Amino acid sequence: MTLFAEYGQILIILACVFGVFMAWGVGANDVANAMGTSVGSRALSVKQAIFIAMIFEFAGAYLAGGEVTETIRKGIIDPAVMAGQPELLVFGMISALLAAGTWLLLASIMGWPVSTTHSIVGAIVGFASVGISASAVDWDKVGSIVASWVVSPLLAGALSYMLFRSVQRLILTQDDPFMRAKKIIPFYMFAVGFLIAMVTMLKGLKHVFKDVGIHLSFGQCTLIALVIGLAVMALGTVLLSRVKPDLEAERVNRFANVERVFAILMVFTACAMAFAHGSNDVANAVGPLAAVVNVVKSGAVEAKSTMPHWILLLGGVGIVLGLATYGFKVMGTVGKKITELTPSRGFAAELGAAATVVLASGTGLPISTTHTLVGAVLGVGLARGIAALNLRIIGTIFMSWLVTLPAGAGLAILFFYFFKGLFS
Amino acid sequence: MVFNNPLSSLFGKSPISPLQSHMTVVVSCTELLCDFVTAAIAADWQQASNVFDRMSELEHEADAMKRKLRLHLPKSLFMPIDRTDLLNMLSQQDRIANRSKDIAGLMLGRKMVIPQGLEQPMIEFVSASVEACRQAHKAINELDELLEVGFIGKEVDFVENLIRELDALEDRTDQLEQEIRHSLFEQEKNLPPIDAMFLYQVIDIIGEVADLSQSVGGKLQLLLAR
Repeated sequence: MTLFAEYGQILIILACVFGVFMAWGVGANDVANAMGTSVGSRALSVKQAIFIAMIFEFAGAYLAGGEVTETIRKGIIDPAVMAGQPELLVFGMISALLAAGTWLLLASIMGWPVSTTHSIVGAIVGFASVGISASAVDWDKVGSIVASWVVSPLLAGALSYMLFRSVQRLILTQDDPFMRAKKIIPFYMFAVGFLIAMVTMLKGLKHVFKDVGIHLSFGQCTLIALVIGLAVMALGTVLLSRVKPDLEAERVNRFANVERVFAILMVFTACAMAFAHGSNDVANAVGPLAAVVNVVKSGAVEAKSTMPHWILLLGGVGIVLGLATYGFKVMGTVGKKITELTPSRGFAAELGAAATVVLASGTGLPISTTHTLVGAVLGVGLARGIAALNLRIIGTIFMSWLVTLPAGAGLAILFFYFFKGLFS
Repeated sequence: MVFNNPLSSLFGKSPISPLQSHMTVVVSCTELLCDFVTAAIAADWQQASNVFDRMSELEHEADAMKRKLRLHLPKSLFMPIDRTDLLNMLSQQDRIANRSKDIAGLMLGRKMVIPQGLEQPMIEFVSASVEACRQAHKAINELDELLEVGFIGKEVDFVENLIRELDALEDRTDQLEQEIRHSLFEQEKNLPPIDAMFLYQVIDIIGEVADLSQSVGGKLQLLLAR
């Protein structure tokens, strides 16, 4: 390909810049939602939340972000159709990144609620169906992605509902909720550790293990995850033993001290949430980038190409950059507005959402973390756990879908023809 | 950048603590009735007028809080308690303060003299009514704990107990009201007829304060039953 020989370097640099820009946007904006619940319930300070987010977003992106990246990279567009015209895929993916990034920036300035996931999926489907041909899009895959956008909030809601119900039964309605909380909460911590370890080993590290020649059976993975879960549980128990009842706080609300125990648990669920978010959302930025790099490097669209690891790394760096430059500010704002969420509810919402998102990451479905979290909070609300929830937000979310998909698509088509004209 | 964040706009303002604060103001208004009646019996109208002014202030404050809370409860809010029940409870609470002020206003305006022998029963009767109001406040103050446990379990039993005690207190005011009416009936021929009429009316309203307190408890029970 003469085009790639001539402009290959420039195209990769362009894709990297736009990709990091997208990742920056994810870090600046989306992470605030993932961590805002912990900040709002005062389980974490903004500084602590940023610290946790940096580590676990990065870990999630690097260790478990592979599957969703694959979907964005080559799941939505049929590689077979593109084999004869690899340059179109490169232009398209760069356009998609630029379109989604532009749209996110615009929407953020205007104050519209948008989802990174929806923007990028809309952009990719847009340039592929209009710029190339409708048959270039794997509509079955797109259908299942769209279905997952509806299913994920529902699933998270159901999980959080059950989690909060279990907290009610096992802790809150018991004779000495403070002591009960100290006894029961380590088991929730175990679940957090086990879940994250399991998904990471089964899905994320699959490629890493293959590279270094390790093969673990499902049973071995389970065993290791059990050990990690127990380790998390032990760490949690140590932290919990440090919580002493504060009699002063108890006079205002008899459950003040129980909430302080839950705040420790929320540190763990916040880690899980950051991990889950990193594993799912980093793909929005690095998926298209990976596609560009692969095609330019090999000069062809290959269905079986592997993804270089530095790309996930780059995505992780972008997210951390976004967090450090802007995310802390957004997190503070979001946290201030959701103070009604106490740790006993916040944990249920976070764990339900994190489990759903991690599950989606494992299956390679790009979903919206924010919408999933909204579903989870509503689940806790259904269990009569939250004083007041604004249901109008559900309508706003549907509206944002209706606007974001065509907007992302339209912009991507525009940029696609621009790049196509520019380079040929 | 301005962020209209779906997650932060998901959370509405909790109506529970404003409802509790409203009741706190209502109780402090009603509690002044004891001071007022004591001053009135002593014919210290200067002091009575001062107490009445403070009651007016508190009643206004409660009114303002009521209006503010109503404005912040749009229909789209999803709450663990029924919105209609909550608003009913609020207006019931507010009426306690209104009626308390009415009692003081009526007595002050007419410089009402409590007939001999009725002073002690009157103070007792007013105290009992105020006690019912305090008990309602105690029950309302459990709302945040109820929310914490999600309106199930022992906490519900605890609140139901408080409501049962409230019912008993209201029964007692009914009994005191009967006694005081009977004593008044025996003396009414010696009293100026108009004075006697208004005395009956004041007794009626004092009983009403207890009734309203009880109905606040009743509304709370409705919230729990959902």
